[in-house]
Amino acid sequence: MKKLQSQFVKILAATVLTPLAFSVSASEISNAELSATTCFQCHGAEGQSAGGAIPPLAGYPEKVMVQQLLDMKSGKRASTVMGRHAKGYTDDEIRAIAKYLSTLKP
Amino acid sequence: MLKRRSLIKAMAATGFGGTLVAALPGCTLPKVPMLSEGSSVKARKSGEPAHVVVIGGGFGGASVAKYIKRFDKSVNVTVIEPKQTYMTCPGSNWYLAGLVNADFITHDYSALRNKHGVSVIHSMVTKINAGAQQVTLKDGRVLDYDRLVVSPGIDFKYEEVPGYSADVIDQIPHAYQAGPQTELLYKQLREMPQGGTFVMCPPGNPFRCPPGPYERVSMVADFFKRENPTAKIVILDAKEKFSKQGLFQEGWAQLYGDMIEWIPASSGGKVKKIDAATKTVYTEFGEYKADVLNVIPPQKAGKIAFAAGLTNDKGWCPVNQQTFESKIHPNIHVIGDSSIAGKMPKSGHSAASQGKMCAAAIVSLLNGTTVPTAKNVNTCYSLVGADYGISVAAVYQLQDGNIVGVKGAGGVSPMGADAAFRLMEAKYADGWYKAIAMDLWHS
Repeated sequence: MKKLQSQFVKILAATVLTPLAFSVSASEISNAELSATTCFQCHGAEGQSAGGAIPPLAGYPEKVMVQQLLDMKSGKRASTVMGRHAKGYTDDEIRAIAKYLSTLKP
Repeated sequence: MLKRRSLIKAMAATGFGGTLVAALPGCTLPKVPMLSEGSSVKARKSGEPAHVVVIGGGFGGASVAKYIKRFDKSVNVTVIEPKQTYMTCPGSNWYLAGLVNADFITHDYSALRNKHGVSVIHSMVTKINAGAQQVTLKDGRVLDYDRLVVSPGIDFKYEEVPGYSADVIDQIPHAYQAGPQTELLYKQLREMPQGGTFVMCPPGNPFRCPPGPYERVSMVADFFKRENPTAKIVILDAKEKFSKQGLFQEGWAQLYGDMIEWIPASSGGKVKKIDAATKTVYTEFGEYKADVLNVIPPQKAGKIAFAAGLTNDKGWCPVNQQTFESKIHPNIHVIGDSSIAGKMPKSGHSAASQGKMCAAAIVSLLNGTTVPTAKNVNTCYSLVGADYGISVAAVYQLQDGNIVGVKGAGGVSPMGADAAFRLMEAKYADGWYKAIAMDLWHS
């Protein structure tokens, strides 16, 4: 009985109370921003240098990055691993990620 | 109870969460009756910050904790991690070779605490009450959560290697959870007699870090080549093939001649039993006496995942592959090695990528916004020699609810590449490590 009661309260809470907890000003997290955070794992947090041989990305000129990534994707520009990554994204995704990274403070 | 909870939340909201929550050791929160538990569930008042508890401070746990804060500072995040400092498995093979020191692969939680306002409690979770949305710590403390993330890594199926058990790991290390086990193997390799034999028994699939055992062999060979050039390495494998096999074998032949012998399952590699006292491995075709023996047993999800009933019959945790929410218990997410994440390998890089996807999903779910659907990634560098790196990479998308590799993308380094290419990838291996450690623990 107690369990039932508890489940009832939970259903109530889920259907009635949860929306009240939503923040009014919450903004969406874009796919471009979220994808860019996965770039940080090799290129350094927030695009800042981690001190190794892999180039940092914060403030990278957007047009240059788009061109380099598209060229690595097509094989026109040589790379070790970036071509293999670039092939995983559409041209539009590449443009959106490059745009986001260019906005980060170097 | 409610008062205490509100108090902790209020304290945390003022930015002192880390120190104050951590400064309440011994304050055992009383267990509350069922009805009260139920009524506390999701009855979060408008404006009251949500609380996310994260179990584990490894690649998955550190990532999800940091990135929840990055996406929404108002969410209170508490990480429960028993260790004060964390030695990573990635990079631990480089340490075995003597290429890096222990500090290089060991991290603490000061940036998570001080820079991001994450509460880090060095304890163990002994119980998850999914219905009441509470976790109980070893010291008796009970924490409420709105969302729980379980990222406990792996545990071992010792019973599948007859003769091996948790009782003998101080003589025969697995070294597949970094820390004291890594130090033990490091010491044994250095004490091995000249011309001795190092025997490794890697597990069948699936297991943490598929190229890990073969990078380890490479790094042991690198060390032997310098310090014990007549030593032998034998791999008794439970499998017929392994990750980046062609590349590893190409590198082994170039760098180490015939020092390394790999024996697949069907050619006598399948281990029947081991005799711990004499470090002898018995296979269907014969027996191998080791001077240093490294058994890596088959694996399953971390203990707490079993205790909480989050696992399936194969011992791993089924999840929604977009949000990483458990398919068994709502409001609990499982990431990293313990989760079933479609085609993604169990790796530190995968876990960190999943941590970010999960963080974005949790923040979006708490705020009622659209859950983003960015692509997961994996990048895995292995050193075959100090100046000889190889890699495998993949980009993953969601397809009919399953994580699958994007066709035409990813793959391994080319065979037959020149020394400059291998050197570049060795430098990138070092760069990758520095970057991911910075991303998760140092910034």
